[in-house]
Amino acid sequence: MIADFEYFDPKTVREALSLLSQYKDAKIIAGGQSLLVVLKQRLLAPEYLIDIKGISALDYINYDESKGLRIGALTLHRTIEKSPVIQKHFRVLSEMERNVATIQTRNWGTIGGNLCHGDPAGDPAPVLIALNANLKLASSAGERIISMEKFSKDYLEVDLKSGEMLIEIQVPTPPAHTGTAYEKLMVMKGDMGIVGAAVSVTLSGKDGVCQDARIALGSAASVPLRASEAEKKLVGKVPSDSLLIEASEAAAAETDPPVDVHGSSEYRREMVKVFVRRVAQMALEKAKAA
Amino acid sequence: MKGELKELKLTVNGKPYEFKVKPQTLLVDLLRQELKLTGTKIGCLDSACGACTVNIDGKAVRSCSVLALQVNNREVITIEGVADGDKLHPIQEAMIEHGAIECGFCTPGMVMSAKALLNENPNPTREEVREAIQGNLCADEGYVKYIEAIEIAAEKVRGGQ
Repeated sequence: MIADFEYFDPKTVREALSLLSQYKDAKIIAGGQSLLVVLKQRLLAPEYLIDIKGISALDYINYDESKGLRIGALTLHRTIEKSPVIQKHFRVLSEMERNVATIQTRNWGTIGGNLCHGDPAGDPAPVLIALNANLKLASSAGERIISMEKFSKDYLEVDLKSGEMLIEIQVPTPPAHTGTAYEKLMVMKGDMGIVGAAVSVTLSGKDGVCQDARIALGSAASVPLRASEAEKKLVGKVPSDSLLIEASEAAAAETDPPVDVHGSSEYRREMVKVFVRRVAQMALEKAKAA
Repeated sequence: MKGELKELKLTVNGKPYEFKVKPQTLLVDLLRQELKLTGTKIGCLDSACGACTVNIDGKAVRSCSVLALQVNNREVITIEGVADGDKLHPIQEAMIEHGAIECGFCTPGMVMSAKALLNENPNPTREEVREAIQGNLCADEGYVKYIEAIEIAAEKVRGGQ
């Protein structure tokens, strides 16, 4: 079913990077919860497979108020969901993880694998865009940092150059009075979102004026989409119901949603409106409570 | 070399094994074809149905969605390793007594998801039980009996400790 390939299982990042520079056409497998599906369907038939799941040095969650959150690329979804540090300081990440597929998938799949698969229906990417996260990529030539927002290039395509791998996700500590929320439309709990919306708002502690807003959408375009026009509607104003409706309409206008058995483009655009409004409301409530 | 056999060491149901496998071998195929442990079922082979759920190092994982080589040096428990000899596990007993069986095809996966749940949480809420078997589809819609049976089993497990 899966085509033959040559298999390597490096135990350190250095070893993995050296293999990657040697075998230019290699594909990386982490938990394989997305990749194996693609290999079984023979959408991909790589010559070389580099299995990085055994690199235990990339399985960590570190938090420091000034530096923010650092998540190793090979951290399991389930570990993020259950992490007390994340539940305390970045609750939205834990809430998001609860609806990433099923426990079985979360027990084996990694955050880095999910991001590198580049599926615009994926859950972590929109939340990480809303949280203004960066990704640390490494190659044998060195390291670079790229924003989560810029990482996605197209459907199942990310900005990983030949020889490069994702090693860390970096999430800054949000400013005071910031709330972030995420919800997706699912037929069944754990399904891929028909649409998803992540919203982060920062309010002024004095007058409740929105100082910053970040809105990112899943399944709304060929990449996890930042809805900048919608954000502009909120910034500089005191959010009200009518303002949220305005923002949600602006967000829907920015989308170019895919069509599949779960919904037409028109339906998805309508649902983007519903979810941006709903999730922005949740984010506002969190910001007021923060 | 492409297609070259690779060495694999793992423990299945408490017994150590060594194999040479093609790298694309899925864990479920190793279990069913090499070890003849056919209690682990293949429903979709596409990570959708949960029938192939086993425990890897105590956690529920879908064996159709793991390369056998990724389980190197790890410990796998399949449905065949749940009972203690002839003595059924409380989850199995409760499912039989409570009629949580239906056609039986999804049952091994249900047991393995339930076992992983009770490993880490012997006192689950109903919501936690539902969540634990959320990834196990039952074509007969027998979910309520499964949920109730797992709750009964949790009680038995707690009582036994």
